[in-house]
Amino acid sequence: MAATDRQPPLRPTPLNRLHRAAGARMVGFGGWDMPVEYEGVVAEHNAVRTGVGLFDVSHMGEIEVRGPQAVDLVDSLCSNRAASLRDGQAQYSGLLNPRGGFLDDLLVHRLATEHFLLCVNAANQVADFEWIRGNNPFDAEVELASERYAQLAIQGPQALAVARRLTGLDLDGMRYYWFAQGEFAGAPAIIARTGYTGEDGFEVYLPPTEAVRTWHAIMAAGAGESIRPCGLGARNTLRLEAAMSLYGHEIDADTTPYEAGLGWIVKLGKQAFCGRERLARQRREGVRRKIAGFEMRGRGIARDGYRVLSDGREVGRVTSASPSPALGRNIGLCMLPVEYCGKGQPVEIEIRRRRVAAEIVPTPFYDRKRH
Amino acid sequence: MEYPAEYRYTREHEWVRVDGDIATVGITHHAQDQLGDVVYVELPEAGTKLQVDGAFGAVESVKAVSDIYAPISGEVTAVNADLIDAPEKINDDPHGEGWLVRMTVFDTNELQALLTAEQYQQYVAAEAGA
Repeated sequence: MAATDRQPPLRPTPLNRLHRAAGARMVGFGGWDMPVEYEGVVAEHNAVRTGVGLFDVSHMGEIEVRGPQAVDLVDSLCSNRAASLRDGQAQYSGLLNPRGGFLDDLLVHRLATEHFLLCVNAANQVADFEWIRGNNPFDAEVELASERYAQLAIQGPQALAVARRLTGLDLDGMRYYWFAQGEFAGAPAIIARTGYTGEDGFEVYLPPTEAVRTWHAIMAAGAGESIRPCGLGARNTLRLEAAMSLYGHEIDADTTPYEAGLGWIVKLGKQAFCGRERLARQRREGVRRKIAGFEMRGRGIARDGYRVLSDGREVGRVTSASPSPALGRNIGLCMLPVEYCGKGQPVEIEIRRRRVAAEIVPTPFYDRKRH
Repeated sequence: MEYPAEYRYTREHEWVRVDGDIATVGITHHAQDQLGDVVYVELPEAGTKLQVDGAFGAVESVKAVSDIYAPISGEVTAVNADLIDAPEKINDDPHGEGWLVRMTVFDTNELQALLTAEQYQQYVAAEAGA
């Protein structure tokens, strides 16, 4: 058993005391002091797959971009096409470096024609902000707005039933990746039909001063559905089953969207954007390596960073892996040369110097439309 | 949860109980609590020789893996086969039915270096407060 490292002081979210009072196990993540689990990862995971769970994701960063050419700034730095968004619509995108690698992955929301809200990863938010501000020939106003937002995620098949009790906004009619602005549990909020779990659900952006009250209101509204508070542990197993990328794992500064299996967020046909040249070449020539899913066939659990072997030779590394609570199998994602990525390809994962059989499988591991 | 006074403990959160020539080894209540629901256990085969402080297996929950270190040197005489199908016994009864291995004791002096129940609880409390 190894003790947890404690380096610079961790930042609390507005819900920190509430988490501790609820008995959550806390962990440092992206510089924040976050709940990793309350009752247990498996129970929380299952709650989101079958009912509804509530997550504090206030560590996420928010950057606002305003101005007549705000859309041009976003489109010059991100891989997806912000110009195709309408008011109240969101899209997943990549903030890329000149080599086409990810500075971050993010959600771009169009609040108004000249006003965008970017939701970025906690650990990257300051670097993202400085990158955007430093590459802004469009005279847009760029604001690091994280201090103005707490964020709660209500996720699971019962999320709609719970959330609709707390707002007059038409959540039933809200499509996936759209959002609305208005009152939620009495707080001024942005409610988006987005999430990081592979289930239906909502992400609610609200003032930090409203976070504790709103948390309690959601828990009360979901009592009949046995809503559970959920930590980052379940958030990770949920997103892994859905094969969603996690920054620093599947994607990083050396990984392009094509390599990450995220070609759909690259719009080569739009205006010039940072990293486009490399992506256009990869599109033409194909990628040499990419993210693939695997399942353990032998006894053993793969973990992040383990070596992937073929014929006894290292061919790649595990980027994320875990037991899958929904499937009852041990799954993972890894970065491999494309010749090893075919469905059914046998590989081995090195687990504590032991080689354990695994097989490449299609992703996502879990798809709510099929389960 | 009680930490039996007749057990000895390590700073890596294993316990050892000596009955005659044989020592039984497991992980502590604190260790299983930190780990969460145990879903998998990897143990050596009987006959494996363990060196004090050497990693000899692993206990895994959904979210984490923990290596297990030998509290003393010796040879494994038995492993708890029940844990293959019921690893949750480590959560339910860490100091009893959740035992991991039984082993011979090469050097009883090594036992003297381990913590008493009282010392171990102080150690855990200090670690939590750090």
